[in-house]
Amino acid sequence: MNPIYMRRRRANVGITGLCIASAAFGLIWLGLILFTLLWNGLAGLQWSVFTEMTPPPGSTTGGLANALMGSLIMAGIGVAIGAPLGMFAATYLAEYGKHEKLSSLIRFINDILLSAPSIIIGLFIYGAVVVPMGGFSALAGSLALAVIAIPIVVRTTEDMLNLVPTPLREAASALGMPRSLMIRRIAYKAARTGIITGILLATARVAGETAPLLFTALSNQFWSLDLTSAMANLPVSINNFVQSPYAYWKQLAWTGALIITLAVLALNISARILGAERSKS
Amino acid sequence: MSLSEAKNNHDPGEADLSDIAIEDVGAASVDKNDRARALASFKRDDRVFYWLTRLSALCVLAILGGIILTLIVGAWPAMRTFGFEFLWTQRWAPQLKPEPILGALGPLYGTMLTSFLAMLIAVPVGLGIAIFLTELCPQTLRHPISLAIELLAGVPSIIYGMWGFFVLGPFLADTFQPAMIATFQHIPVLNSIFAGPPSYLSLFNASLVLAIMILPFITAISREVFNTVPPMLKESAYGLGCTTWEVMRHVVIPYTRVGVVGGIMLALGRALGETMAVTFIIGNSFRISSSLFAPGTTISAAIASEFAESDGLHQSSLILLGLLLFVLTLFVLTAARLLLMRLERREGVAS
Repeated sequence: MNPIYMRRRRANVGITGLCIASAAFGLIWLGLILFTLLWNGLAGLQWSVFTEMTPPPGSTTGGLANALMGSLIMAGIGVAIGAPLGMFAATYLAEYGKHEKLSSLIRFINDILLSAPSIIIGLFIYGAVVVPMGGFSALAGSLALAVIAIPIVVRTTEDMLNLVPTPLREAASALGMPRSLMIRRIAYKAARTGIITGILLATARVAGETAPLLFTALSNQFWSLDLTSAMANLPVSINNFVQSPYAYWKQLAWTGALIITLAVLALNISARILGAERSKS
Repeated sequence: MSLSEAKNNHDPGEADLSDIAIEDVGAASVDKNDRARALASFKRDDRVFYWLTRLSALCVLAILGGIILTLIVGAWPAMRTFGFEFLWTQRWAPQLKPEPILGALGPLYGTMLTSFLAMLIAVPVGLGIAIFLTELCPQTLRHPISLAIELLAGVPSIIYGMWGFFVLGPFLADTFQPAMIATFQHIPVLNSIFAGPPSYLSLFNASLVLAIMILPFITAISREVFNTVPPMLKESAYGLGCTTWEVMRHVVIPYTRVGVVGGIMLALGRALGETMAVTFIIGNSFRISSSLFAPGTTISAAIASEFAESDGLHQSSLILLGLLLFVLTLFVLTAARLLLMRLERREGVAS
């Protein structure tokens, strides 16, 4: 065979081989992580995890009830603040100021915030909320999570609003609908599943965030619903248990990690299913 | 009431679209006052909604401004005390009397080194997986594998950190490092890289976990970018007799170069600021060692492990570290976004 052709063939086989090898290599690592997580997490998954409080040092009983509740509360408040704010901001970007200079600036900064290190958000809330309020609080934790959720919601909502066909808006305006009503009744409705998908993705991201809670919400060992004091939460509890010397705590850390991962995966998957439904219709 | 009548009844300048609509919808019984009131309330709603959205949009700017402001205010005492020396002081002695000596060199070195090593591993592997997924993988597996990778990109980073701490760390310390020490014992530079007592906590372990963590991220972005190549271009190249690799090398990669580089920088921004994946396994040591298997620290790990128990100048220095990290990631992310925007604009022109 022609030597040039042979050389090209060899190069091709070599490189595609490397690609397949790298795919196998990467997938094996990722599979290994999921496997150890399932293996270790399932070992400690029992009913008491959901009903008992986080244990004091040395104890061999106890669960994660207060941490789970705290996580739910903080993620809930965080999204409840972040989602409407992000939605309105995106509405401005997509509906009112689409071609303004200000909007491009906001879009750009939003993209930067989207990937800003989450620990920096923690420092920001510490300086802006924890210090003036005089102590760690669940409220500060929720605000930190809201700051993380906002850019995600802004990005997805704006993308979705941009997908709404302009003739739909024009038709509404031609019927005499005022602009704000048109946006709320027509544009939001047409983009609804997309917006919900974005909010679900933001919730998924917020649920697993640890770094910004380390010094905003802190943690505690008791059942607490008081928003103005430190509140236990799953990620920080895991963080504390991993670094502890007690075997039972480490077991609880794995179980907590499994619960978080499953919750995040469930949120991501439902967001995807919603997204798939949208593109079908 | 018909349209022409409506026009005749009022001053034509006032009869805007909504006027007509109200008359038509509300039939003839609509009182003139009611209509004026309804219009006024519409107008008010419009204005309120407009300002609500505008203020929310400005909130995004306010958040960035707030971050920069609080970091500068918090870091001010440390900036005044240490000045630029902070950047190249290796010593980190918060308890020193009468004045603590604090410097950023250790965490800066750790942040750069771990991110660099992580990128060194994750970029080729991630691009390899993306090429595999777009060009080589059998069609039936393509979707499930991409889905799995995208889901893995969403797994919280603390999970990766835990895995590094409980699984990878012991393996590296008990098996990998002793083997490496035995192999490279007599080779000058390499033996110092692998030197030191085997430990779970090391820069190498942190880099590896970081690499595994950003791997799905790089793969997902590059796959997306590779998919923007028009099939026509690739098919033409195949039609000319190009091999798969030649299509990648001469068509797909040149076409998507800007996007791939942007995606890689986005991943770098993530690696620089990642906290939970490295905090457990890096050892929080501010000394710079020539060995990759020695403990070290990164900016984010230092903040995560010390901030809650710090005060005064120590805390201020940690905030200054945060400010440095923010500036660093700001540069990387801005470059990444500008590159990605260039790609988007080109796509816009093409379509």
